[in-house]
Amino acid sequence: MTGALAALIARDVRLALRAGGGVGAALGFFLVVVVFFPLAIGPDQAFLRRIAPGAMWIALLLSVLLSADRIYTADFEDGSLEVMALGAAPLEVVALAKALAHWLTAGLPLAVLAPPLGLMLNLDITLLPGMIAAMLIGSLALSLLAAMGAAITVGLRKGGLLISLLILPLYIPLLIFGVSASGAQVGGASLASSAMAILGAIVLLAVVVAPLAAAAALRAHLR
Amino acid sequence: MELILRDLVCERGGRTVFAGLSLSVAAGEMLTLRGPNGAGKTSLLRSIAGLTPAAAGTVRLDGGDDGVSVGQQAHYIGHANAIKPQLSVAENLRFWAAFHGAGTARIEAAMAAMDLTALAPFDAALLSAGQKRRLALARLALIERPVWLLDEPTVGLDTASVGRLQALMRSHLDGGGIILAATHIDLGMARERVFDFGTPATEAAA
Repeated sequence: MTGALAALIARDVRLALRAGGGVGAALGFFLVVVVFFPLAIGPDQAFLRRIAPGAMWIALLLSVLLSADRIYTADFEDGSLEVMALGAAPLEVVALAKALAHWLTAGLPLAVLAPPLGLMLNLDITLLPGMIAAMLIGSLALSLLAAMGAAITVGLRKGGLLISLLILPLYIPLLIFGVSASGAQVGGASLASSAMAILGAIVLLAVVVAPLAAAAALRAHLR
Repeated sequence: MELILRDLVCERGGRTVFAGLSLSVAAGEMLTLRGPNGAGKTSLLRSIAGLTPAAAGTVRLDGGDDGVSVGQQAHYIGHANAIKPQLSVAENLRFWAAFHGAGTARIEAAMAAMDLTALAPFDAALLSAGQKRRLALARLALIERPVWLLDEPTVGLDTASVGRLQALMRSHLDGGGIILAATHIDLGMARERVFDFGTPATEAAA
């Protein structure tokens, strides 16, 4: 079962990194959205510093959602999902692997890219460790929920738009506690803040619930 | 080993495709499914695999592993090939072997069985329709499972490839395997029975 998990993660990461995989597009999108904030708001450094964590979290949410569409669509259309459904590992494990692979190719690189982009928004340097930690943890939940949305909308035309509508409301608590854990509202970053703990709790909840929901949705779609 | 279907009912979108279907296929035996388009051949294969759960009735593999479903003891080769175009032929097989926990020992043999060895390093996107079908069929030789559910396995295959598939099927049956295949061509297996669906359910009722 762990063999299937590892094999699927390795394959999805490889597919994402190859031409047309979409990793570059998600990173580019993240960059563009972050760059747009100072253009829209103006060069008020104090104001940019205040909105920097929030702006970066919104850019992160949108970038993760942008690539959510690719999680299941190809596997559904080319029949891979049918073969996976008959594998020794249950579909719940498949769903978990798909979400983890998505995090490795979306959430993880985006969180790593956050520090240099933060400088563009005049982000307080002392916030960076907490912010990177919050983004690493938070994006795991973002990917799990996005994968759940992708499983529910697989096989639908224009499913990508529907994923956003379904999943964005679920991102509200992640946005609130993510920005809070990034230290924006408490005036200082702390890796052991209560917001970080709640962010971790949301991830744990998503790890359990999202694959179960995704697998149920996939089974219904395969009929 | 024996695959036993009892009073199987299949419904698609509120329409009964077939009802009260009972049959059994013994080890070493092939059952060919015949019938016009829409008769329920694919639905039957998907019901046995558990992909489309039957509305009623049971599917049982007598002498199989009771701990896992019939689908998990079966290969289902459907219309879609389950191939990733961005991966090479060898990478595609390596993934399915790892996913099914089969190890890498049989990859070479599986490629040889379907004459894919020369194509191993090429991306699957470059393959022709028939070569893609061969790559899908190579899964049969890659992972050992007692029941083969084949839906139009010969689509796109040339004569030589059909011959290779026949050889693969023959050795599977000789080893005590079970095959159910929906196909319109005669594959000439030694112990072969034909199940004819006749006319589609709705047309028969009308």
